[in-house]
Amino acid sequence: MRFRFTQSAIDTQSARRELLDLGAGGYVSFEGWVRDHNEGLEVTRLEYEAFQELAIKEGERIIAEALRRFPVKHALCIHRVGSLPLSDMAVWVGVSSAHRGEAFDACRFIIDEVKHRVPIWKKEHYRSGDSGWVNCERCAATPAHAHEHA
Amino acid sequence: MQLKIQYYALMREQAGRSEETVDTSAATPTDLYGELTARHGFTLTREQLKVAVNSEFCDWSRPLSTGDAVVFIPPVAGG
Repeated sequence: MRFRFTQSAIDTQSARRELLDLGAGGYVSFEGWVRDHNEGLEVTRLEYEAFQELAIKEGERIIAEALRRFPVKHALCIHRVGSLPLSDMAVWVGVSSAHRGEAFDACRFIIDEVKHRVPIWKKEHYRSGDSGWVNCERCAATPAHAHEHA
Repeated sequence: MQLKIQYYALMREQAGRSEETVDTSAATPTDLYGELTARHGFTLTREQLKVAVNSEFCDWSRPLSTGDAVVFIPPVAGG
């Protein structure tokens, strides 16, 4: 599977090995980390939840699109689910290719599409004791802005 | 007819359950969302959601049949 979920820490060394190719001149990866703030609020941890059956299908479609659009060798995306403390890695994307340009482009494409299309949700827990589902609660008053989070 | 509904994230919390089987005459996901909102008080509007039937995205006007598994998909936030 080129898109998958894990409940435990993402093993990037093992994931990277899946991208090895004698024709590849390098690889590009992206790591998404849990940060301590969002939209002016202090975040203490995140909870990720996914509709895994559809998320895996949609994630695989994104990887297949990336392999069609960019002349790269291999691509892989792994996403965490569950409760994550600050600085934990929530998502990892890796792409290997003959030359670096297309690897950067494909990696960017994959993470952007995953954020917009794959049924994964995150709940932020704040220092104040409150919590909220990102894009579902505080943004409900301004829906036009609902899909523009980094 | 009987439909199986699964809930995620905010909608799971608002429904107070992660799944349920409903007996309904809703012909489409649009009708079904109206019924379930009346029952559970969902705050997301239909325009903010996508819908999947049998684990594939579909149109809000897709005819529903007995045994279908329906999931309403709140705005996503992976990464």
